[in-house]
Amino acid sequence: MASALPPIDSPASRRHRQMRRLKDQLAKHMIGFGGLGVIAAVALIFIYLLYVVFPLFLPGSMEIEARYQTPADNNSQTLLLAMEEQTEIAVRFDDSGKSTFFSTKDGSVIETIEVELPPGAEITSFAVATPQTRIAAYGLDDGSVVVVRHNYKISYPDDIRTITPFIDYPMGEDPIVIDELERPLTRLAIQDGEDMAMIVAMTDDGELLVSSGEKEVSFLDDAVSVETETFSIANDLGNYSYLLLSKEMDIIYLANSKGDISVYDVTDAEYPEQIEALNLKTDIVSFEFLTGDISLLVGNSKGNVSQWFPVRDDNGTPRLTKIREFSLGTSAITGIATEHARKGFFAIDKNGQLGVFHTTAEKTIFKEKLIDVAATTVAIAPRANAAIIEDKQGNLTFIRLHNEHPGVSWTSLWGEVWYESYAEPDYVWQSSSASNDFEAKFSLIPISFGTIKAAFYAMLFAVPLAIFGAIYTAYFMTPKMRSVVKPTIEIMEALPTVILGFLAGLWLAPMLEANLPAILAMILLLPLSVIAASYIWHYMPPYIRNTVSDGWLAGLLIPLVILVVWISFSLNHPLESLLFGGNTQQWLDTELGVSFDQRNSLVVGIAMGFAVIPTIFSITEDAIFGVPKHLTNGSLALGATTWQTLTRVVILTASPGIFTAVMIGFGRAVGETMIVLMATGNTPVMDFSIFQGMRTLSANIAVEMPESEVDSTHYRVLFLAALVLFMFTFFFNTIAEVVRQRLRKKYGSL
Amino acid sequence: MRIWIKSGSPWVWLTAASVSISIIMVVGLLMLIAARGLGHFWPADVHNFEYRESDGQTIKIAGEIRDSERVATQQIIDSGVKLDSTEQWTTRYLIKTGNRELYGIDFRSLLDPLISQRSQDTEVMVLERREWGNFYGILKQIKVDGKIIAEGNDSWDALQMQITSSSDVYSTIHDIEQGEIGSINYTLERLRLKQRSLELRGEDSPEALGKIEEERQSLQSEYKLFQKELKTHYTELNRASLVAETIEGKTVEIAISKVVLAYRPNGMTIFDKIGFYIHKLWEFVSDEPREANTEGGIFPAIFGTVMMVIIMAILVTPFGVIAAIYLREYAKQGPVIRMIRIAVNNLAGVPSIVYGVFGLGFFVYFLGGNIDQLFFPEALPAPTFGTPGLMWASITLALLTVPVVIVSTEEGLSRIPKSIREGSLALGATKAETLWRTIIPMTSPAIMTGLILAVARAAGEVAPLMLVGVVKLAPTLPLDDDFPYLHLDRKFMHLGFHIYDVGFQSPNVEAARPLVYATALLLVLIIIALNLTAIAIRNRLREKYKSLEH
Repeated sequence: MASALPPIDSPASRRHRQMRRLKDQLAKHMIGFGGLGVIAAVALIFIYLLYVVFPLFLPGSMEIEARYQTPADNNSQTLLLAMEEQTEIAVRFDDSGKSTFFSTKDGSVIETIEVELPPGAEITSFAVATPQTRIAAYGLDDGSVVVVRHNYKISYPDDIRTITPFIDYPMGEDPIVIDELERPLTRLAIQDGEDMAMIVAMTDDGELLVSSGEKEVSFLDDAVSVETETFSIANDLGNYSYLLLSKEMDIIYLANSKGDISVYDVTDAEYPEQIEALNLKTDIVSFEFLTGDISLLVGNSKGNVSQWFPVRDDNGTPRLTKIREFSLGTSAITGIATEHARKGFFAIDKNGQLGVFHTTAEKTIFKEKLIDVAATTVAIAPRANAAIIEDKQGNLTFIRLHNEHPGVSWTSLWGEVWYESYAEPDYVWQSSSASNDFEAKFSLIPISFGTIKAAFYAMLFAVPLAIFGAIYTAYFMTPKMRSVVKPTIEIMEALPTVILGFLAGLWLAPMLEANLPAILAMILLLPLSVIAASYIWHYMPPYIRNTVSDGWLAGLLIPLVILVVWISFSLNHPLESLLFGGNTQQWLDTELGVSFDQRNSLVVGIAMGFAVIPTIFSITEDAIFGVPKHLTNGSLALGATTWQTLTRVVILTASPGIFTAVMIGFGRAVGETMIVLMATGNTPVMDFSIFQGMRTLSANIAVEMPESEVDSTHYRVLFLAALVLFMFTFFFNTIAEVVRQRLRKKYGSL
Repeated sequence: MRIWIKSGSPWVWLTAASVSISIIMVVGLLMLIAARGLGHFWPADVHNFEYRESDGQTIKIAGEIRDSERVATQQIIDSGVKLDSTEQWTTRYLIKTGNRELYGIDFRSLLDPLISQRSQDTEVMVLERREWGNFYGILKQIKVDGKIIAEGNDSWDALQMQITSSSDVYSTIHDIEQGEIGSINYTLERLRLKQRSLELRGEDSPEALGKIEEERQSLQSEYKLFQKELKTHYTELNRASLVAETIEGKTVEIAISKVVLAYRPNGMTIFDKIGFYIHKLWEFVSDEPREANTEGGIFPAIFGTVMMVIIMAILVTPFGVIAAIYLREYAKQGPVIRMIRIAVNNLAGVPSIVYGVFGLGFFVYFLGGNIDQLFFPEALPAPTFGTPGLMWASITLALLTVPVVIVSTEEGLSRIPKSIREGSLALGATKAETLWRTIIPMTSPAIMTGLILAVARAAGEVAPLMLVGVVKLAPTLPLDDDFPYLHLDRKFMHLGFHIYDVGFQSPNVEAARPLVYATALLLVLIIIALNLTAIAIRNRLREKYKSLEH
């Protein structure tokens, strides 16, 4: 019989063999590449999360971009330095009424504009409003004020961005008369709101005047005019050298170098009221608002800057309180500038040092000695990415800053922080709000706490049921019933959690709210009735007892459980009127002081417990079922009862498996999103009460991620939350796995 | 007593009770969803009530009883309602009254003691409408072009005829708007992008632009034709109207074009009701949602879920299998591989939202953003792939489920006895041939199991999808007859997200609730079916290889 195959060493079969070898090699490499690729992709998750989170912890840095002479020829004094958004142009207001716009790159003058002051009038004081408004005011020696604004027009001739600076007069070009008696104004403060403006001025003999008015826009040419009314606040305040007015136009702070502070409430300008007078117990050389105008930044001659804001005392009266202190060096602070949108500030001192700080994070971003002489003025760009520092010799230093996430530090993420307007340091998560100068609160503690709380209540519900159930199913149940029960419970593991969450939120929560006494009754009655039934069963005549073996008990008990549940629910109304005066929620509130949320931890505990029962049940059941039969047989042969064998032999041997089951169940409860999202109110409270809701890490991500701006601090903090979740569950799962392998080895010898 | 305790019997009973409770919960949950979900489509009777309001006036109300509950009488009296009842508990009904344009709300709660009379009128008609929810009332007349064409008893049949013809016109309009005009708009947009792309590359020669302009002109004239056609259809649609009287005796005129379905539940026989039920059930799975997803069907959500799962399965299977083969057959078994195996195992336990965060950051913003820069610069700043969409959702879920496939395939591989591999190699097959001809076919049931479990998990997962591509209402399906047919960049609807959105974000939760139950039931059924299939395959597989294990 002729072979169908070519001879072994013919060229055809050699080619064939080569081809096969090639294919084999190819397959090997491709599978190796593919396999490692998948594993790398999985590792990428961890690496990418780290990569996004990493910039949060980068230290801030700066570099000097340029240094040049102050672009003004006279010996004038700088009143204000400021920059526009793009940091291309800066402006310098001086005491001769000139404003000089210059390029930040080389200090070349772009334009010099003379502010229109009344003829013969002399500038006696100067003030700036909140930096974002770009408004400044000159106080004159005839008791009037001129308000100006440095403004910029962006145009694109020939597709090149061109910024043209100009000065305009937001309250009209005519001086606003503050003092009818025409006394010189020596101190000045101004704020300009959307439809109201306020000027506070002190005359040379120490009278403090407040002038406020509604803004009116002319229909013809959009010109704004302000009709002001002036009221006197107090006399003899000449010893105060610092004057600040908050942007809400309600609080005036007066301070002097000895540390005396006087606070006036001018919510109603006609009836000003002194609300506080105190001594800060430090000398004052610099006195500014932090962005938002709630906190005061006080610089002293020893190189420290402290933050103060009013905190309500026990009587509810606000008292200026020292919150925290930053140290720049040892020489006197010469200037403080606050960032426009964040709670950060810059300070300079006599030694030529610049310090960049963030108040909420209690962080010193960096300190750098820029010059050898004293620094005199500092200005921050609106986006806080550049700054200009003027020194005593009339030089300007333009620096570029890299400080994307100053608000994040170990304290601000995990520690108690004293936030503005809070009575005490606290853990708060509140990432965004409508206002621009909002103090973002990125404490991960409340949401981590919520995560643990939710997982705890879920485990409280799931662990006993799942482990008890698994013990029975693996050890007592008849194989026939087991083959139905086990898949039934295991299928629930695949049940989408969105369905559980939806039922928990829309069905379970209102049901529990209406039937709270029934639930309490059920928790008590269920075990008791089962034990009672067992007792009665024990004394039943044997011919009844022997009809049902222990293996079918679970089936036998179903009607009993349903009966008890039904009884509990029909007891609901009687119990409610008997014990809780007809309204359980009200009773909880008045008698125990426990407030009741409809979507609370009890709901989450039950729903999420339901979700983790199958996980714990399945692994525990496998572990118990896997205990070698010769161990149990040996124990029984030695005379132990089944129960003794179970507790002393079986469970002990299966304990690693049970431990793993609980760990994995816990990991699942920690990471669950939809149930918590739907079954709680998602308020980040720090309260362990079972009748209160919570917000968890995962739900927090689901709620806030779609709205967070890419690469912002908020975005990265949410990534950090995801990373925490990832590491947490990965850690727990690995522990479970390792412990299981360890203990398996130990008991494997049995 | 002591013997009883010592025997451990109370404990055994308690463990047994745990099983009973778990079973009751599981079965109860499924029954709850099924009952609420399926009950929704049954035509409920409409009751007429005479009700005494708190100001002493008696009013008439018609509606379906949606729910009833018992409330403490004292609580009602405390809330300011005058009620002389000696009973401690009072029944409160939730009535769906419909007629939202007249009453402002769809629902009312009525207290049992204040209902003075209850009756049923076989003439009461329920209208399901395209807007304003249901209408309850009695049909009086049918008008066409303002002229009465039917009145009294004949009007019902006339109404049904009018609804049928108006539905036909309506679907024609819908087809034109969604199909032809949608297609024209899509092509116009593509032309705009083409022009922009030519401009960007500096190839915007007058000829090229002229060609585009020409095409645009022809499309626009086509568009005008369709506009004209639509106009005639719309006039036809708006000709007929019906006049009905509400229970309070108010006469209302409703355009027939707004009516989807009219029926008189009180007069229906049991067979009518069954027919109606099947019709509604079919509408639910095949129709598009109406009224902010609170009515109508969920077809786009089913379609979106299926599309996403299919793409995910296509991605996850080869990669999962290759990784498993590598780990089991090629990699040198040692501590490193053991660690990788533990890590892969643990990945299955990593919260799904973490995958969502990763997908959003890496796929959408990083990869998608770069793809847009490279391949779709003409569309910028509007993102093409740099925004959540079908492709990113599928890839994210593929990553999420790849451990499931790896673990399952590995288990299958480990069950194949060594003798089979050795036999194949001894006969001269290369390793690749052994794998391809013997091992993989023998593992295929395990691979299938893994795939089915992965699909079941992906179908039910919502949290990551919320970040990478799901929307509450997608205007177009991701698959249509416009080139390139499958639009991977589009956002899509998803059953699980539909449940979350309609159940929690909907303005009219009360009205939408039954629909959410029905959606939940559908999702549960799909997932249970998938899981049962996986279990069945697994069991068969075990049986099959039992004989090979010695």
